[in-house]
Amino acid sequence: MTGADEPEPLPYSPEAVAAALGDSWRDVLLAAERWMVLGRSLDARMQALQRQGRVGFYGAATGQEAVNVAAGLASAPPDWVFPGLREQLVALVRGHDLVAYVHHLFADARDPALGRNMPCHPTAREVHYVSMSSVIGTQVSHAAGLAYALKLRRDRGIALAFFGDGATSSNDFHAGMNLAGVFGLPLLFCCTNNQWAISVPVEHQTAAPTLAAKAAEYGLAGHRVDGTDFVAVYRALAEAIGRIRGGGPAEMIEFVLYRMTPHSSSDDPGRYQPGDWMARARSHDPVDRLERWLAEHRLLDGPSRQRLVDDADAKVRAAVREAEAAPSPPPPTLTQGVFASAAPTVPGIP
Amino acid sequence: MTELTLVQAVNRALFDAMRSDPDVLLLGEDVGVNGGVFRATDGLLKEFGAERVIDTPLSETGIVGAAVGMALYGLKPVAEIQFLDFIYPAFDQIVSELAKMRYRSGGQFPCHVVVRAPYGGGIKGGLYHSQSTEAYFCHTAGLKVVVPSTPADAKGLLLSAIRDEDPVIFLEPKRLYRSATGEVPDGDPAVPLGRARVVREGTDVSLIAYGAMIPPTLEAAATLGTEGVSAEVLDLRTLVPLDEKSVVASVEKTGRAVAVHEAARFCGFGAEIAALLAEKAFYSLKAPIGRVTGYDTPFPYALEQLYLPDAPRIAAAARAAMTAG
Repeated sequence: MTGADEPEPLPYSPEAVAAALGDSWRDVLLAAERWMVLGRSLDARMQALQRQGRVGFYGAATGQEAVNVAAGLASAPPDWVFPGLREQLVALVRGHDLVAYVHHLFADARDPALGRNMPCHPTAREVHYVSMSSVIGTQVSHAAGLAYALKLRRDRGIALAFFGDGATSSNDFHAGMNLAGVFGLPLLFCCTNNQWAISVPVEHQTAAPTLAAKAAEYGLAGHRVDGTDFVAVYRALAEAIGRIRGGGPAEMIEFVLYRMTPHSSSDDPGRYQPGDWMARARSHDPVDRLERWLAEHRLLDGPSRQRLVDDADAKVRAAVREAEAAPSPPPPTLTQGVFASAAPTVPGIP
Repeated sequence: MTELTLVQAVNRALFDAMRSDPDVLLLGEDVGVNGGVFRATDGLLKEFGAERVIDTPLSETGIVGAAVGMALYGLKPVAEIQFLDFIYPAFDQIVSELAKMRYRSGGQFPCHVVVRAPYGGGIKGGLYHSQSTEAYFCHTAGLKVVVPSTPADAKGLLLSAIRDEDPVIFLEPKRLYRSATGEVPDGDPAVPLGRARVVREGTDVSLIAYGAMIPPTLEAAATLGTEGVSAEVLDLRTLVPLDEKSVVASVEKTGRAVAVHEAARFCGFGAEIAALLAEKAFYSLKAPIGRVTGYDTPFPYALEQLYLPDAPRIAAAARAAMTAG
């Protein structure tokens, strides 16, 4: 064990990483590092802007970057992503435009969804990233329905459903897992267990030994993976996606990780988290862990890391400048698009 | 033309829709092998197979949630909820997801699902096979709400609902499933959503109803006719979008209005009718607007006939409007 705040080393030789990630392992790891740095820059900047009142709400994904980046790299359209609150980086890695996403965070006229959903709830159809609500778990049965459609049409692609530990107690987790088992759907359940549902620890969500253990009750395989170990996460995702694309049954992966921020900008973890939580979380910081490994194996040095950070910060700053200059959605959009065409029950804005 | 019961007309509409569009599929409890507990989906499994006529596990949230996911991919799912009384596990999916998907995604994800559900009392079904809770759905922006009262409308409106681009809650008056029979066009009767129908013309009072309340309302109008009162009967057919013009035009003509529904009174659809008339036909009104409704109680078992509006209650409300002032 390392001391508090020291990252747990990733226990791999370069040969082991090559075996896990394939011949392009260096490119995968360096791409992952670049996206993780961007994710962290975005989280830091947006949390600051939220405190300044310039962004209305923010739900950071700090601590979850390994899962998000690996999912973005290991899947692509025609696969579909059904996100929860903290998966925006998946959309960005898949190619959703950062500036468009920041427009969404500012809910301005250039938000592709017209500023209708609260921040961190983007829609990015062009990368098969589905619109989400704030209701916990409802996307899980949507993923089952879409996977059914893929199977019915004999189309390529699978559905990936993301949800947290709290969602495993929800109606639609049960409904979606059950449908996937009964109908043999091409669906990968990705549970990001950050150990907290706002203030409720995962031990209070279930008496099951693990969240992954629940999969067996639906006739599905469940795996448990260290969600802060990028290599393990990427390998688990790539292998499961490959099996399901090849016609295998649905599977569930529980990614155990650490929420390194409050639940959202509206939350105060001082009320419920033990005093040593952040120290434990920092020792499982997925970005730190990957960077240490890259540095030890001479794939990343201080100056090159700093360039990545500077580049990410510059991109985020430029996007923020653009978003802050954009106007609010025009008033007539308030009543547009409730239905396919204007409905008489919705009088227009004069 | 073919003489059909209302439930047969629903069945014909489903056959026609599935034959003409391979993207249409059905899912629900007992809809496949059993053909639905009311036989609305009888024979569909045999013709279209288990991939398109799906017997689902017993989970209403799963049925509607999966239908949402199918629609996101471009299919046109028709989900059956066995009784409207059992829809509440899916209420979250309907009001939080289905109704809002198009709007919250800025139009990137239209979500066209038809949710069919038998509704209403009169079959000795007690509290949980009898309710008429259309107002919950009418209150949610993004849902269309349709209630046929005849076999021809059941077929025509259901075809229109399946071909629409928006989510539709399609409420079938189970009390009329077999008691309502009528001529139904063999092809596409093309009954558009959003248009009310004048079932009986009159000049003294407008009786505004829908679904299973149409037969007792017509009976009341006939009784009133023998008393020299000319009652107009308007079948709304679609609650959202409401055909405001037809409602207002009828009351501008008659000057009196009685709204009829079997749902509870408080915040029921009759309140919306009354508000509409107060806003848009106020100066035509010669009498207070009447409401004949179920009671503000849970739906009763033993006393269901007392609970349900019938022709005498409807006629009494019309007479009260005639003698007011």
